[in-house]
Amino acid sequence: MNHLSATRRVALSLCAVSALALTAGLPQTAHADLAGETVEFVIPFSESGGSARWANFFAPLLSEALDGNPTTVVVYRPGAGSTAGANWFQENQGDNDGTLIFGTSGSTQFPYLLRDPRVRYEYRDWIPVLASGTGGVVYLPADLGARFDGDMDDLQDEFFIFGSQGATTLDLVPLLAFRMLGLQVEPVFGIEGRGDGRLMFERGEANIDYQTSSAYIASVQPLVDQGLAVPVMSWGILDDDGNIVRDPTFPDIPTFAEICEATAGCETEGTAWEAWRAFFVSGFAAQKLVYLPGGTAPEVVALYEEALAEILARPDFDEISAAELGVYPQMIGEAAVVAHEAAITVSDEARQFVLDWLREDYGVTLE
Amino acid sequence: MDILNVALPALGEALTLLFQPQQLMFLCAGVLLGLSIGVLPGLGGIAGLSLVLPFMFGMDPVAGLALMVGLIAVIPTSDTFSSVLLGIPGSSASQATVLDGFPLARKGEAGRALAAAFVSSLYGGLFGAMILTCIIFVARPLILAFGLPEMMMITILGMSMVAILAGRVPLKGVIACGLGLLLGTIGSAPAGGSLRMSTYDIPYLVDGFSLVIVGLGIYAIPEVVSLLRQDKPIAGAGKLGRGWLHGLRDWWNNKWLSTKCAAIGVVVGVIPGLGGSVVDWIAYGYAVQSTKDREKFGQGDIRGVIAPESSNNAKEGGGLVPTLIFGIPGSGSMAVFLGGLALLGMSPGPAMIRQDLDITYTIVWSLALANVIGAGLCVLLSNQIAKLTTIRFTLLAPFLFMMIAFAAFQSRQSLGDLVALVGIGLIGILLRRFDFSRPAFLIGFVLSHQAEQFTNMATQIASARFRRSFEAGLDYIVSPITVTILVLTVLSIVIGIRQSKNIRENIETYTGTKRAPFLFMLVVTAYVGVAIVDAATISRFGDKVFPLTVGIATMIACLVLLVRMMRRPETDDAFIDLESGGADAEAPHGLWRTLSWFLGLLILSGLFGLVIALAIFFVTFFRLRARLSWLSAVLYAAAGIGFILFLANVLGRDFPPGLLQEYTNLPWPLR
Repeated sequence: MNHLSATRRVALSLCAVSALALTAGLPQTAHADLAGETVEFVIPFSESGGSARWANFFAPLLSEALDGNPTTVVVYRPGAGSTAGANWFQENQGDNDGTLIFGTSGSTQFPYLLRDPRVRYEYRDWIPVLASGTGGVVYLPADLGARFDGDMDDLQDEFFIFGSQGATTLDLVPLLAFRMLGLQVEPVFGIEGRGDGRLMFERGEANIDYQTSSAYIASVQPLVDQGLAVPVMSWGILDDDGNIVRDPTFPDIPTFAEICEATAGCETEGTAWEAWRAFFVSGFAAQKLVYLPGGTAPEVVALYEEALAEILARPDFDEISAAELGVYPQMIGEAAVVAHEAAITVSDEARQFVLDWLREDYGVTLE
Repeated sequence: MDILNVALPALGEALTLLFQPQQLMFLCAGVLLGLSIGVLPGLGGIAGLSLVLPFMFGMDPVAGLALMVGLIAVIPTSDTFSSVLLGIPGSSASQATVLDGFPLARKGEAGRALAAAFVSSLYGGLFGAMILTCIIFVARPLILAFGLPEMMMITILGMSMVAILAGRVPLKGVIACGLGLLLGTIGSAPAGGSLRMSTYDIPYLVDGFSLVIVGLGIYAIPEVVSLLRQDKPIAGAGKLGRGWLHGLRDWWNNKWLSTKCAAIGVVVGVIPGLGGSVVDWIAYGYAVQSTKDREKFGQGDIRGVIAPESSNNAKEGGGLVPTLIFGIPGSGSMAVFLGGLALLGMSPGPAMIRQDLDITYTIVWSLALANVIGAGLCVLLSNQIAKLTTIRFTLLAPFLFMMIAFAAFQSRQSLGDLVALVGIGLIGILLRRFDFSRPAFLIGFVLSHQAEQFTNMATQIASARFRRSFEAGLDYIVSPITVTILVLTVLSIVIGIRQSKNIRENIETYTGTKRAPFLFMLVVTAYVGVAIVDAATISRFGDKVFPLTVGIATMIACLVLLVRMMRRPETDDAFIDLESGGADAEAPHGLWRTLSWFLGLLILSGLFGLVIALAIFFVTFFRLRARLSWLSAVLYAAAGIGFILFLANVLGRDFPPGLLQEYTNLPWPLR
C-alpha cells in the first residue's frame, strides 16, 4: 500500500505546486458587505462563445466595483441549448445574499418566448440588473453582392444556402428576415456555431451568412477588405423611443428595416414584422441580461445597481468595452428593467405566427 | 521567399518571447498541472483547461498561452500511466493504448511499455509541433478544400476502422458499431431537435450521453470489475520486469511506425471535429494493418503502444491548426482552449496568423518544450509509478471506483451521470463477456454525431445544387479528395476484414451453453427493434433518417447472427462466453456480486450524496471484501476521501448530491 500512497503524494504535490503557482499574486482585499464572499456568476453556456467572453469581461469589473470586493468567478452550466442552466437557476436561487448571479442570452430567451417544453424557468421571478445589446450583419459573396443595389428585388430568383444552428436558435431572426424579403434560402441545419457558418461561406458551400458584431469585425471584415464578401444589411439598434436605427458600429450598412421598405412585398408593419421585431429585441437589442434571484433583498439589488453604474461610469469603459463587446448600449437600473420586459415579451399572435412558420417551412415543432 | 522573410524571424521572436523566466515558469506550471490531470483516470484536457480558465482573463498573452499549451501538450503523455497500469484510459486519447499496454503490464513489463509510450509521445509531440510550424503557412487553402462531403468521407473512413477491430466474428463487430451509433443518436436530434429514445420527462436523456461516461462505462468498469473478481495484483508475477531501456530500444526499432502514426495523428487532428478520441484507434488500426506478424496484437505487442501514443501527442499540433487558423475547435479540449484565447484577448483566425505571427509561434515553441519536459518527467517517474501494478487489486479498486464516479460526475453534474455510468458499464461488461468488439462500439458512438451531421448537411447542399444543375451537384460531391478517401475506405475495409481475426481483445475464448449468448442477442435485437419503431414515429425527415437507416442495418446483422446461432453448434465463435472458462470463470468472486458493490455505492450516493456514500462504501468494502482490520479500513477510507476532497477543492468542483441534500443544508463538501 505504501507504493500507492507514494504515488498519491507525488500527484498531490504536483497539484499543490501547480495550484500555488496559479494562485500566487491574486489580490486578497477585504472590507464591508460582500467582503470575503465569492460571487458565482453562472452562465448556461460553455467556456467558448460570446457569453463566456461577456461574463468574463464583467466579472473582474464587478469584483472591483462591488462593496467589499468579493471574488467573482464565472461558472459554466451548459446543456440543452442553455435551458438546462436556466432551469438550474430557477431551482437553486441561492441564499439571496448577492453571491449568486445569472447571465442569460438570446438562446435562453427564445425557448421561453416559444414556450419550449424544456423551459421550466420563469424570467418574471428574477430581478434584472444589466442588459447588454449587440448587433448582426448579413453578407453575400462578391458575385451576388454586385447584384445588390439597396433592395432584394434582383436576387429573388437566386438559390441561397445558409448554414444554420437551428430554426429556433438566434438564427430565427435572419431566417425570418430572409423569408420576409422573399429570398429563396435553403437553411442547412446542424452547424455547431456561427463560426461554422462563416467557414461554409468561405468554402463556397453557403452563399449567404450573418455574424454578430464582434465576430463580423474579427473574421468577416478581412474578407470584405479582400473583396470576397459584401455586407448588405445590419439588424440595427433600438433608439430611446424604441425605433430601429442604424447600428453605430456599422453606420454605412443599411438596416434590415431600410432594405425591407425598399424591397417589393416586404412590409415593416403587420404580424410578420411584429414577430421579427420581438425576436430581434430578445435576440440582439437586449441579448444578454444579468439577473439576481427573485428573493434578493432590495439593499443587495441596490449594491449591484451602484456597482454597475460605477462600472459604466469608468472613464475607460468605452475603450475597454469596445474591444470586447463592440459599441452597444449597456442598460442598467430602470432601462435594464425595460429591456428585460421587451426581451421576454411577444404577443400571442406573433408567437403563433412564428410557430406556424417553423412548422410549415422547416417541420420544426416544439411539443 | 515568404517563409524566409517572415516565418523565420517570427520563429526567433517567438523564442525570445517564451524564454523569459516568467513565461517559462508558467509553462512549467502548465506541464505539472497537465501531468497531474492526465495521471488521473478519465480526466483529460477539458477538465484541465477548465481549471485554469478562471485565471486567464487579463493575463499576459504569452504567459497564458504557455500555461494552456503546456497543459494540453502533456496530457496525452501522462494519461498513459492509467491506460497501461490500470487498464483504464487516462483520457479519451489513449483508449487504444489499453489494448496492448495493459496486457504488457499484466505480464510484468509495465516499465517497458511506459518507456516506449513516453518516447513515442515525445516524438509525436515534437513532430506535431514541427508540422504545425509549416502548416500555419501553407494550410489555409488546404483546409478550405475540406468541405462537408470531404468531412463526411473522413468520418466514414474513421468508421471503416471498425472492420479491423471487429474481432473474430465480423458480424458481431458490425452489431457493436451499430449499437454505438444508436447510443449516439439518443437525445434531441442535432438538426431539428426531435427527440429520439428520450422524453422531456427525463431531461438527462435529452442532451444525450457524454463521451467521458461512455468511455469509462465501456472500458473502465468491465476491466475493474473483472480484475476485482480475481483479487490478484495486476502484474501476476509481482515484478516490473524489463525496464525503460528496453522500451527505448523498442521505440528505436519501430521509429518508422512511430513517424507514420505521428503523421496520422497530425492529419486527423487537423480535420475539425474528428478530434482526439478516434486518432488513437486509427493509428492502432494502421499499425495492425501495416505489419506482417500481427498475432500478438491485443496480447501485449509493444507496437500497439507505440502507435497510439505517437499519434495522440502529434494530434495536439494538428488540432491547433484549424483552431488557430479558423477558430474552429478540432476537439472538445480545443473548444475550451479557444475560450481561453478569447479571454486573453486574442481572436484566432487568419488575422491572428497575419498580424501576430510571433505570438502564434510561441504556441509552437510551448508545444515542443512542454513535450520535452513532460516526457522527461514521466520517464523519471515511470519506474516508481509502475510499482502500482504489484499492489493487490482489491485495495486499489475502491479508489478507482471513486475516481471513475468523480470523473463521470464532471460531465453533467447530476446524479444521472452516475446512473448512466453504471448502465453503460453493464453494457460494457456484457459486450466483453460475449466478445463483442468494444472499440467498434466506441467508434460508432464517437462518430455517430458527426456522421449524421455531415451526411445530413452534405445531402442538403448537394440536393440544392443538383436542383440547379447536374454538373454543379456532381462537382460538389466528386472532388479529388473525396475520391481518394473513398478508395482508402474501401482498401481499409477489405484489408481490415481479412486481418481482423488477428486482433483479439480477449486472448483465450471459451464457449459454453447457447442460452446466455442467445438471450443477450435477443435483448439486443429487441432494443434495436424499439429504436427503429421510435425513429419511424419521428415526423421530421432529417431527424429520423439516420437512426432509421442505422437501426435497420443493425437489425439485419442481428437477425443474420441469430440465424447463425440457431444453426451452428454451441462450440461456434458466435457463442463465446467468457464466463464459461478461463480467468473469469475461475475467479473467486461472482460477476454480479462484484458489480453490486458498485451498485451499492450508486444507491448510497443517491441517498446521502457521494462523500458520505464513499465513507460508508470504503469502510465496508475494506472490512468485508478486502478483510482488513477495522483500523486499516478506516485509515484507507480516510486517505481516499482526503484525496478526493483535496482534488475537488483544487478543481473547484462539487460532489453528486443525494436525497439527504434535498432536505438539509450541509456545508461543502457534503452539500
